[in-house]
Order: sequence, then structure tokens, then C-alpha cells
Amino acid sequence: MDWHLIIAATIKIVVFVFLTTLPLVAMSVWAERRVSAAIQDRVGPNRVGPFGLLQAVADGIKFLLKEDFTPNHVRKGYFWLAPALVMVPALLTCAVIPFGSKLFGEKMVIADLNVGPLFVFAIASLSVYGIVLAGWASNSKYPFLGGVRSTSQMISYEISLGLSIVPLIMIYGELNLGRIVQYQADNGWALLPLWGEGLSVQGWVLTIPVFVSFVIFMTSMFAETNRLPFDLPECETELVAGYHTEYSSMKFALFFLGEYAAMIIGSGLAVTLFLGGWSLPFGWLSPENTEAAVPWWHGLIHIGVYFSKVIVLILFFIVVRWTLPRFRYDQLMRLGWVFFFEIALFNVVLTAALLWWFNKPVS
Amino acid sequence: MAPKTRELEIHDTAARVAAGTDMEGYQQTTEDLVGEKLVLNMGPSHPATHGVLRLILELDGEVISKADPDIGFLHRGDEKIAENMQYNQFVPYTDRLDYLAPLANNVAYALAVEKLMGWELPARGQTIRTICCEMARISAHLLGLGAYAMDVGAMTVFLYTFTQRETIYDLCEQLTGARFTTSYTRVGGQIRDLPEGFTGSLEKFCEEFLPCLDEVDTLLTRNKIFLDRTREVGVISKEDAIAWGLSGPNLRGSGVEHDLRKSNPYLDYERFDFDIPIGEVGDCYDRYLVRMEEMRQSVRILRQAMADLPDGPINVADSKERLPDKERVLMSMEELIHHFILVTEGLDAPKGEVYFGAENPKGELGFYIHSKGGGVPYRLKIRAPSFVNLSILPKLLEGCLMSDTVSILGSLDFVMGECDR
Repeated sequence: MDWHLIIAATIKIVVFVFLTTLPLVAMSVWAERRVSAAIQDRVGPNRVGPFGLLQAVADGIKFLLKEDFTPNHVRKGYFWLAPALVMVPALLTCAVIPFGSKLFGEKMVIADLNVGPLFVFAIASLSVYGIVLAGWASNSKYPFLGGVRSTSQMISYEISLGLSIVPLIMIYGELNLGRIVQYQADNGWALLPLWGEGLSVQGWVLTIPVFVSFVIFMTSMFAETNRLPFDLPECETELVAGYHTEYSSMKFALFFLGEYAAMIIGSGLAVTLFLGGWSLPFGWLSPENTEAAVPWWHGLIHIGVYFSKVIVLILFFIVVRWTLPRFRYDQLMRLGWVFFFEIALFNVVLTAALLWWFNKPVS
Repeated sequence: MAPKTRELEIHDTAARVAAGTDMEGYQQTTEDLVGEKLVLNMGPSHPATHGVLRLILELDGEVISKADPDIGFLHRGDEKIAENMQYNQFVPYTDRLDYLAPLANNVAYALAVEKLMGWELPARGQTIRTICCEMARISAHLLGLGAYAMDVGAMTVFLYTFTQRETIYDLCEQLTGARFTTSYTRVGGQIRDLPEGFTGSLEKFCEEFLPCLDEVDTLLTRNKIFLDRTREVGVISKEDAIAWGLSGPNLRGSGVEHDLRKSNPYLDYERFDFDIPIGEVGDCYDRYLVRMEEMRQSVRILRQAMADLPDGPINVADSKERLPDKERVLMSMEELIHHFILVTEGLDAPKGEVYFGAENPKGELGFYIHSKGGGVPYRLKIRAPSFVNLSILPKLLEGCLMSDTVSILGSLDFVMGECDR
């Protein structure tokens, strides 16, 4: 066993997951409250620390100090397991997302897997169990309805989510997220093919299916993270608080933060697949290939670029939430199965046809 | 509401097996799968029931097969209380009927008692009351709209409308000294005239309010999700609306052009030029549109009223029956005696029965007064529009989806304070 590898991986896990993503979760809660306040002509939390930035810390302390109440009528084992099952998969998916190019010769990804997107979907789909268990174990009617709704919603939208990235994988011919980003750095982002190989008829025509994929991916992401306009599992006006009605204290906080963690990972995946990951436009400061050495300050800039893109997407999530009403359950299912599923399927065929057309052997 | 009994099924399969009922042929083939209905208790403390309405829903999956509203959690016995106090003392209780439009309730009550007394207010007093009613209408519709939008998930609209309501509360404070429980009217007039600068503030409010309403319009009216949630949902046909005795925007949303301000004019509504918006289909969306338009019409009335505000006294002149002015009470013997008699014995109402209905924001708020003479009513019946409007709920909810409950409840726009009295 190579100690160097283990130490490097540990440092990356600690820095990326515990010192960056989790604080980002807390900060996105703060951002949500401030942005929604700005949208609604309010002030929002501005008392704790400068601009209320420490509000997240205050909230965390509050959650920890509240009574952790377990109602008598619940199935204790599952009831306790559910919050963890929501939070853990969201954080596990961090493992394969490249959040930078290289720093001190070390790739900025925790596990450089060759099946990146597959790993993400395999793990992310586990989080549905958390919600189902929460709804079921609570042994109460409102959480039950919330749990049932979310099961069907998340399973339905996972299909369109998975189908929506198939065209991209076909275009890249690659499942390693690190090399996908490197390809985009060299040849133009999937949604912005302005340099390298992307600057061609093929690159431009292929943005059509890519854009369709992006729309489906983002919309399904809303559904997967249970955010408005798809927040039916927990829509507060009908189901009180949906599947987490019976939870309190830190267990509730885990559900709450799990939603934001899923949102951040979803944004991270969207950035990686569609928006060039850590790369700057026109391949500025990008390494020649995934093996090439990168000066340390380039590495830092790349990490910064990645997180800036993620933050922009998070802000998009927040603005949408505070602008739109909520779907009705049957409308949501119809949208998922009748529109997105079929469009995504057609999109795969279209991409395949286009790729065949552009790359057909000259006879 | 008459007490009624309801048969409850045994919803537990295990219990049904133990009871040995209907087990003949139970799930013999896949065709006769026996499902269970879920009885869901919604309220009285639930975010969508706007107060303390309790709904007992019987759900077949997500579809409501039976809805049973249970009211009375806010019952305070207002009608009985009225029998034990003088007419003027009951005014603060009217604040708490439709607590979203206390000014309109004050006016409706005062008009009912004045009808019993056979009084008519001088022109300025009438216009002031009209202004009060229309302010209350805007305030109540704003809350109804905001809460409705929040129920279907558009939280931001709720806060926009609340910002505007805040301004109306400031105006109420200027006018009456209280923001919420105004108690502005007395039998035969108002407690005070419009304060200095009030019309200016009101005009400023009207100017700021209309752009805000347009903003809400752009957020909701053509929003695909909102349309999906409200169109063809909770349809009340014209015939049903009349048969169930609905009133106010709920009746007009179904296409019945009935507004007491036009059909049975009181105060000085005849002087003003305004339209009665009516819906076509009678669904939630139509009721929403009717309320939006009514607020615009209210602004029209307010502007006309301010432009053409008569001068002169605001109260009826009869100082024997109406509380005399305070300065004169302190200075003159005659007024002191009247004041004493009026406060201790109340006004000397004639014998008889009157009914007066006013077009309140929620519908026709009626006061029926049975007087046997003297300062106290023998019986006072309140026709609360919310109570009548809610009566159609079981019919509307049946066959709807669980999520439609909140759209329908929001679009009926009821207030439990008034419903339960």
C-alpha cells in the first residue's frame, strides 16, 4: 500500500468534503435566505456576523441544542437511519467530481474513476431510500403521503436524468469525468464550443441535443432535489412538511442539509458535464493533457473557477424556487413521463444520428 | 349546523379480518383487489386551512372520495353576546368577524342599526364610509390573493401583497388610531373625521398599489404552472352558485352578475362609476381573476370618492340619540344629560325587525336585528358570507386530487372568524 496515496486522498476528502462542500451547504442556506429576501423586498438574516454570514453557524448550534425528540409511534431503527441515508449519498457522490485540475502534481478529484457518471447515479439514487424510509417509519399519514409521492417522483425523474446525459457521453466517448473536463478545456465546453475542435460545423450542430439535454438535466435536478416547483414530497401547504414532519433537531437538519448537498452535487455535475468544469473559456491556463504538470497557482485558479460556476448554478436554483408556484402531483408525473422521458429518448437517437452523419466513413 | 352522524368504515384490514366482515370472496382474483381508503384529518391546525377549519378527507390514493368540513373551532357566541349589550358596545365585536376587513364590518353593522333607527348619514359621512369599505376590500383581497398564491407554492406573491397591506394598516392607524381592530363607526356616524393629510396618503397608496398589482399579475396570471393548478379546478356552475347561496367574488366568479353595491345600492355607491367583474367558467382561476379586477375597481372608487369628497358634518344631527360631541358634553347641561342617558341606557331603538346586507369583501355580510325597543337587541343574527360559501366545500372537493384541496380552499377565500362567529 502506498502511504502517499492514502494521505493525499485523506487530505482531499477532508478539504473538499468537510472544509468546502459542507460549509458551502451552510452558506447556500444563508444565500437562499438572503436572495429570497432580496426578491421579496425583505432584509433577511443580517444580525449574526457581517451581512449575517454567521447565521449558518447560529442555525447549526440551534439545531444541535434542540431536543432530539423521537415520537412513540415510529419505527425507531428506520426512523434513525433515514436522515443518514439522505445525507450520506449526497456526500459520497463528491468522490468522483473533479473540482480542479492539479495541485502540487496531485489530481484534484478524490477518486479518478473511469465510470464517473454511472457512479454518481448509482449512489444518488440511494437517497430515495432515505426519504421513503422517513415517510414510512414515521408511521403517520402526512409523512407517509410525502414518502409515497417522493418515491415515484424521484424514480421517474431519475430516468430522464440518466437519459439526458447519454448524448454527452456519446459525444465525449468517455466516462471519466476528469478527462471529460480536459476535453472541454481543449475543445470548447459542451454548451459553448468556441475553440479547438468545437469550432466546427459538427461542434455547433451538436449543441442542439446538448442544450436539450441541459434543460432536461437541470429540470430533473430540481425534481431530484425536491425543490420548488417540484417540492411535492414536502409541499408544506398540503402535507405540512411531508416526509420530515415528525423529525426534529439534528435529524431534521440532516434532511434539510441533504437537500442542499444534493443541490450542490447536482450543480457540480452539471458544471462538469456541460459547462467545462474547472476550465476557463478558450482553454486559458489549461494543461495540455490530464498528465501534464500544472503550476500551483493555475491549480488554485481552477478550483476557484469550478466553485464559482457551482455557486452561479446554486443561485439559479434559488431564484427559480422563489419565483414559481408548485406543480400538482399528477401534472408532475405527466411532465416527467410524457415529456421529459420521451424528449430525452429522442435526443439520444438524434445525437446518435448526428454523430453517425458527421463521422460516417467516406465511401 | 345541525349535528349529524357519520358511519365510519373499519379501515384496518386486520381488524376487518378479525371482525369477519365482507371476507367472502375477498381478493379471490386480481380484478377485485380490495384497497383501503385513508382518512386524513386536515386541520384544525394546518397551514392551508387559513385558521381553524378542520377537514376530514377520505382519500382513495390521491383522490378525495369524501370531504367533511368541521367548523366551530372559533365560535365565540357573538350573536348571543350582542343580546346582552347596547348597540354601540357591539361595534368592537364586529371587528373580529372578518378580521381581514374590520372597517367594512363596522360599516355594515352601523348601517343595519341605522336602518332600524331610520337614520340617514350626511353626504360626507357616507363617502367616508365608502372609502372605508373599499380600503377594507383591497386589504382583504390582498390577503386572500397572497395566501392563495402561497398555497399553490408562490411564496413571493404573498410577501408582495403583505407589503401593500402594511400600507393599508398604516392608513387605518391614521384614520382610526388602531391598525387591526378599528371599531371606527358608531350608530349614526363615525368616531372622527378624516385626519389631516389622509387623502394624500390614500392617493399615494393607490399610486403605489397598482404597479404592485401588475407585478403580481405578471407573476401569476399567465404562469403555466399556476394555470394548470387553477383552471378547471373546483368548478362551480352558475346554478350551483345560486343554489348554495354563495355571494361575493365566489358568486361572481361563476358568472352571476350580482353585487349589492349595484343591485341594492347603499351608502353613496350610486354616485360612483365602477364595473362588476364576472367570471365565465366558475373555476379557481376565474375567482382569482375576479378578485384581481375588484381591487382595480376599488381603486377607481377610492379615486372618485377622494376627488369628490363632500364637506359638512359626518354624523347624524340628532344629539338625543347619538353621542354628543365631547366639548359640548363638558360645557353644557343638556348634552351632559343626553350623554349620561345614552351611555347608561343606550339609544332608544324602535320595535321592529330589520335586515341589512352589505357587499363585504367575502360576500354578503348581513345583520338581522329583532328589536323589542330599548338599547339592546332582542336577537341579532349575522349572515356570515364565509359560512355560506364554505357550505359548498363537500361538493367541490369530492373527486378532486389531494393537491386541489389547497387551490380550492384558497380560492374560496374564507375567514373562520366570520364563519364560526
